[in-house]
Amino acid sequence: MNKDFDDLLKISKLRLLQMHHESNCGHIGGNFSCIDALMTLHHLVMRPADCFILSKGHSAGALYITLWSLGKLNDSDLKTFSKDNTLFPGHPSGSGIPNVLFPTGSLGHGPSLAAGLALAAKHKDLDKQIYCLCSDGEWQEGSCWEALAFSVHHKLSDLTIVIDQNGLQGFGNTEDIVSYGDLTSRISSFGAHVQRVNGHNYLEIIKSLNNQSSERPNVLILDTIKGKDLHFSGKMESHYLPLSEDQYRIACANINGEGDL
Amino acid sequence: MRKAFAKAVISQCNKEDYFFLTGDLGFMALEEVRAVFGDRFINAGVAEQNMIGVAAGLAREGFKVFSYSIAPFCYARPFEQIRNDLCLTNLPVCLVGNGGGYAYGYMGPTHHALEDCAAMNSLGVRVLVPAFDEDISAMLIEFSFPTYLRLGYDVRPKGTEVPQYAPWREVLSGEQGVIVALGPLAGIAWQALLDVPVGERPSVWAVTEFDDKKIPDAFLTRVAGRSLFVIEEHVSAGGLGMHVALAMALKGIQVSSFVHRFALRYPTGRFGSQGFHRAQCGIDVDGVRSMVLGKKHEY
Repeated sequence: MNKDFDDLLKISKLRLLQMHHESNCGHIGGNFSCIDALMTLHHLVMRPADCFILSKGHSAGALYITLWSLGKLNDSDLKTFSKDNTLFPGHPSGSGIPNVLFPTGSLGHGPSLAAGLALAAKHKDLDKQIYCLCSDGEWQEGSCWEALAFSVHHKLSDLTIVIDQNGLQGFGNTEDIVSYGDLTSRISSFGAHVQRVNGHNYLEIIKSLNNQSSERPNVLILDTIKGKDLHFSGKMESHYLPLSEDQYRIACANINGEGDL
Repeated sequence: MRKAFAKAVISQCNKEDYFFLTGDLGFMALEEVRAVFGDRFINAGVAEQNMIGVAAGLAREGFKVFSYSIAPFCYARPFEQIRNDLCLTNLPVCLVGNGGGYAYGYMGPTHHALEDCAAMNSLGVRVLVPAFDEDISAMLIEFSFPTYLRLGYDVRPKGTEVPQYAPWREVLSGEQGVIVALGPLAGIAWQALLDVPVGERPSVWAVTEFDDKKIPDAFLTRVAGRSLFVIEEHVSAGGLGMHVALAMALKGIQVSSFVHRFALRYPTGRFGSQGFHRAQCGIDVDGVRSMVLGKKHEY
């Protein structure tokens, strides 16, 4: 384990909670299902030339906090989150934010954008990895499958699509709404190299990213818990609702290892 | 215009920083583009949403990108990708919609593009509607932001010479008011009035760019106090007629009469060639003649 990174993760999660609480902003559940992966990618995996696309734009808060933890955003920036006259709306605008290349928020756009970046890198023969983080419900969008087929056909092995499989979407369980059953085998059947790991364990994430295909696009499916560490961990409410004062206090205690969730 | 377009692309844009994407279209038109572009030519398959996203990714990495399809598949199917991926980031991607208006005639209404200019214009995309084959070279000199190029057929009268390119230009002189025609309809109006004496016909202006700022003072001077006819193979909502009327209202310019003929969609519920649909809308050669004579259009 990496104690420094453990500490940084904890600080970042607390900062994410604070930011959402201060702005009274929802969508916090999806932020907490993917912040471990976002922090792992940006601190322990990605090189300076690599690119990242947050296709699940509703997890903008987790991305802003990750950029804050890298020193690319400061506390003054975060104070404006989801407020008037901000550069940091609830879904990334794609302008004025370091490292954010595109506006995202409408689902199903990221994989194609990432495929275009990967195609450009391949054409220029650049040593550059493109990472794209999607939600699992997002794969109900047909455009994701268009992008996957295209990426496999063009052997875009410098593309890594990461899927935050928390099993909950806007109005119910993904399994109950439009289920793919086993998303891993569905994506694998398109010809991508697919791995599935615990999305809250950065050692497993790193290990899988060290085991990528150099012939095919890579897909990493993360088993995650929506709203992890929050009072509504794994519940539908975490998709939309902001935190009350008590809920905020409980969540902080959980992240600090002092709670009983 | 497909062949003129392909020729212009090869002569002007076959450079290392250009990509050409097609949504599986271009048979008997783009073969040479494919050959000279090599691995910068990508058939993205029948997946237009992905094609626009890929174009955005390429453009973000410094490439200029053509994205080609039949017009409705080019602008309508991936509308949100154009809005979010291209326009919000202002990327240099040229959407090429072949077969604007009713150009795909017998292929039926799914293949017609009647609201494309308004839809793209509303997103801030630069809209180009060449009237003549030569226009395309002038239009491709530079594109550094989202652009929509609507291709049709050049139908100028045989043996005539097209004036030098300008977004608004007079192609036929006349003294009885002014006809403003969108893109290829300038050729139709030109055909309709070529044999009419100058003193008895309106002048014909070809408009090839949807940009109010490009309406020249010479046009406004010419039309003030006279009859104005606007014809377009496009629906009325958000079309050229509305743009011209608004621009004149804002400048306080009055005309003696205003006649607008446009795409009526499918008023009889029947389908046919481009000529059939143009006739139904009163924007074919006979329709333009009768319009100038003040006859009411009936379909």
